[in-house]
Amino acid sequence: MSDIRHSVLADIRGALSKKAPDEERAKAVAERLGGRPTGIIPKRGQLKQNERVELFAEMAQKVHSSVTRVSDYDEIPGCIGNYLREHNLPAELIMGADRRLSKADWSLEKNLTIKKGPSDGNDLVGVSHAKAGIAETGTLLMASGSENPTTINFLADHHVVVIAAKDIKGDMESAWGSLNKKDGNVVMPRAVNFITGPSRSGDIEQKLLLGAHGPRALKIIIVG
Amino acid sequence: MSENTNPKVGLFVTCLVDLFRPNVGFSAVELLEAAGCDVDVPRAQTCCGQPAYNSGDKADTKEIAKQVLDAFADYDFVVAPSGSCAAMIKKHYPEVFEDEPEMLAKFKALSDKTYELISFLTDVMFITQTPGEFKGSVTYHDSCSGLRELGVKEQPRKLLKNTGVEIREMNDSEVCCGFGGTFCVKYSDISNAMVSKKTQNIDDTGADMLVAGDMGCLMNMAGKLKRQGSKTEVRHVAEVLAGKLDTKPISGN
Amino acid sequence: MELTSHNLKSNVKDALGNEQLQKALSNVPKGFIDKRAKAAAALDEFEELRDKGREIKDHTLANLDLYLEAYEQKVIENGGHVHWAKTADDARRIALEICQKHNAKTVTKGKSMITEEVELNEHLLENGIEPVETDLGEYIIQLRNEKPSHIIAPAIHLNQGQIEEDFRRVHTHLEEDRDMSEPETLLAEAREVLRKRYFEADVGFTGANFLVAETGSSVIVTNEGNGDLTQTLGKVHVVMASIEKVVPTLADCSQILRILARSATGQDMSVYTTFSTGPKREKDPDGPKEYHVILLDNGRSDMLGTEFEEMLRCIRCGACINHCPVYHSIGGHAYGSIYPGPMGSVLTPSLAGVEKAGTLPNASTFCGRCESVCPMRIPLPKMMRHWREKEFEQHLQPKAARYGLAIWAYFAKRPKLYRALVSFAMPALSVLGGTRKRISSLPLASGWTKHRELPAPEGRTFMQAWDQREALKQEAN
Repeated sequence: MSDIRHSVLADIRGALSKKAPDEERAKAVAERLGGRPTGIIPKRGQLKQNERVELFAEMAQKVHSSVTRVSDYDEIPGCIGNYLREHNLPAELIMGADRRLSKADWSLEKNLTIKKGPSDGNDLVGVSHAKAGIAETGTLLMASGSENPTTINFLADHHVVVIAAKDIKGDMESAWGSLNKKDGNVVMPRAVNFITGPSRSGDIEQKLLLGAHGPRALKIIIVG
Repeated sequence: MSENTNPKVGLFVTCLVDLFRPNVGFSAVELLEAAGCDVDVPRAQTCCGQPAYNSGDKADTKEIAKQVLDAFADYDFVVAPSGSCAAMIKKHYPEVFEDEPEMLAKFKALSDKTYELISFLTDVMFITQTPGEFKGSVTYHDSCSGLRELGVKEQPRKLLKNTGVEIREMNDSEVCCGFGGTFCVKYSDISNAMVSKKTQNIDDTGADMLVAGDMGCLMNMAGKLKRQGSKTEVRHVAEVLAGKLDTKPISGN
Repeated sequence: MELTSHNLKSNVKDALGNEQLQKALSNVPKGFIDKRAKAAAALDEFEELRDKGREIKDHTLANLDLYLEAYEQKVIENGGHVHWAKTADDARRIALEICQKHNAKTVTKGKSMITEEVELNEHLLENGIEPVETDLGEYIIQLRNEKPSHIIAPAIHLNQGQIEEDFRRVHTHLEEDRDMSEPETLLAEAREVLRKRYFEADVGFTGANFLVAETGSSVIVTNEGNGDLTQTLGKVHVVMASIEKVVPTLADCSQILRILARSATGQDMSVYTTFSTGPKREKDPDGPKEYHVILLDNGRSDMLGTEFEEMLRCIRCGACINHCPVYHSIGGHAYGSIYPGPMGSVLTPSLAGVEKAGTLPNASTFCGRCESVCPMRIPLPKMMRHWREKEFEQHLQPKAARYGLAIWAYFAKRPKLYRALVSFAMPALSVLGGTRKRISSLPLASGWTKHRELPAPEGRTFMQAWDQREALKQEAN
């Protein structure tokens, strides 16, 4: 196996070394990986905070997400309760151990059964908290972990995602900044899911169908 | 007598115009002369070399390119009534000589002075009005090389409008007609499928005449239209702009 | 890689005569072209981002060995395994070994062209392991035992009715009176059937749109969510990716993502863009226990430093295919390679050899529409021409074409001789056109006259007429 590794790398090096010396190339690579230069950031998302939240909501709705704004975490249980009733869904949901979600006053929705943990595929409604949002495209950044299990993002029929207005950034580059850092480097969770609308497919005659394998509906609740 | 300051233009006739449609060549001469150019036709020209170039025959391409270089050495401009041939000289000759710095410099100079006819008239000579007058309706096909390699799009439409014609845009005017040089013979079935879609789009406009800036595309589309029994006349844009419409349309009425 | 590219001409005949295919193909331009144009126009920086994308990939390719090493190191730091494969055989062997180590019975698969390239499914089946394609389009063609006809829309050659027939044939649990006449009902059925398969699978295979050297992450970009279910629910996640998928940093990846979806489907972003970094961690409630990456060369390193290097910038968006009038006419299968259209006509000869796939770069009019929409600004026509040069050098073109070209070139290089010939021939040909000014059939020109009239020459050549005009001028003076 290491022979193959050696031969692949040697073949590549053989072709590349002719064009520039290896030391020069190593320097260029170290600079790029160390400096991580930012490229072109589209103007579209470069707005004041409130306008950015509005753009986020507009872009999310364009890709078939539904969006509600609330002012406080304690409004979330009622908001979700209404959503379940409107869609004739049973009063059941699953979510992870996210602290902000847990702190909301769920006693306001007395009939609601809340399961905690990852999804086993039998949940109609899953609730997650986003790490960040991207106004440019109406995208959510979801980080894996016990707080917000990845399975909830994909297995629930209805995915409800809560996001704090202050976490809505203009662009993807800024959204990366929401992740934890160690020694100046981004610490990647096992999975980072950028989600832009509910699951869809165009594989049959190019017709847009929602709810392919993932959620059929994506509900975003912006807090603040 | 004051010194003649008219630009000296060498007409690159193109092989298809030379062989099949001299009227396009004379139309080009008339348009250029009306624009104030002194036009000459160098004798030592045959073809721009695309058949060789697109068949992977680089050696013959180079020889033909050098022939063109020499034949047009003494002119201020080289003008061709074809986007495809002009692009060959302007864009592709320098590519062919990429690895020969001395020749490359010469071909870059040739490239700089080479133009497709209509864009030369509008973008270099700033012509807005041409001698021709035509009261019918036309639909214009954007030939690929002219459009994508040389940016010929609005120029012919502007000049056509000023002759009095009504332009009826077809669907997918920017989509290839399926000519592609030897492609239309080597892959005649694919080419036929492509040109059939094109003639459908042409027919849908109900225009009296189809015009374009390249003889290859025109012969392909005219050949198909006539095989299908269409009454649409087919002409090179230069013929309409020059008003030289007494010659029968391409592939007849 | 199984190829029928040498049969292009007969493939084309079949394709053109296939009514179902022709009907399905009419969806291609309708579906993709306007959407891409709108998405590109809506982003002011789109053209600039194309330049940026090219620059990022060129820089990466110039340092590919170093970025692969940096990437490998990060994958290992994150608890993943990296396997190197020089050939398709290597990749298949490694994939099978991983499956066998985990006693896998079934594996799920996210849509991946690279596993198509190495024919992973066939290899797993031969070894008693059932691969389950989970992308709707891939699932459909797996039912039909077909190859994808498009790199991002594998079942685009099919119509609803055909898919319904396949579902009824294979999903024997379906009651006869159940209405399956709408795409929605077919999707619902596939969703239900596949849901179970994700949980049963021992191993989940995905490809990768990008590999990020900075973090050791693999990235998949999808709309359905099947790729994510595949890589999250399988006990083991195996990423198979070719070496040119690496990009330096998250910032670089973010740049290219902006042009990928817009070029592919006209979306600003695909629904799911997922960065996977290693296996399940200590406190994670979900995710695969093992994370493997198989890095495949399979001919790519041979392209470096050659006239085909730029092809390695390709991000497999399919824009060149979506805009290709040849593809619109014949569909993907006729190309006889899993990589159809312009990108395939450049890549397939690189992977399989020009002697096997040399017909592909010839089946183009060089209309240039592919290059005009390629987000990575790959000069596709130029590279197809390079393949024709290789063919010419190796005398691989058909004899008739070679001799024809040689005779033509002989005259084209000798203006006086040429002049003498055409001054005689064109007036003669003109006579054949008669008053109709066209010729309906002509020996040696049947390639032309089979489908269209040959416009008759006016008569004398331009040069003959010009000489006369000049002579008259002289006389007048």
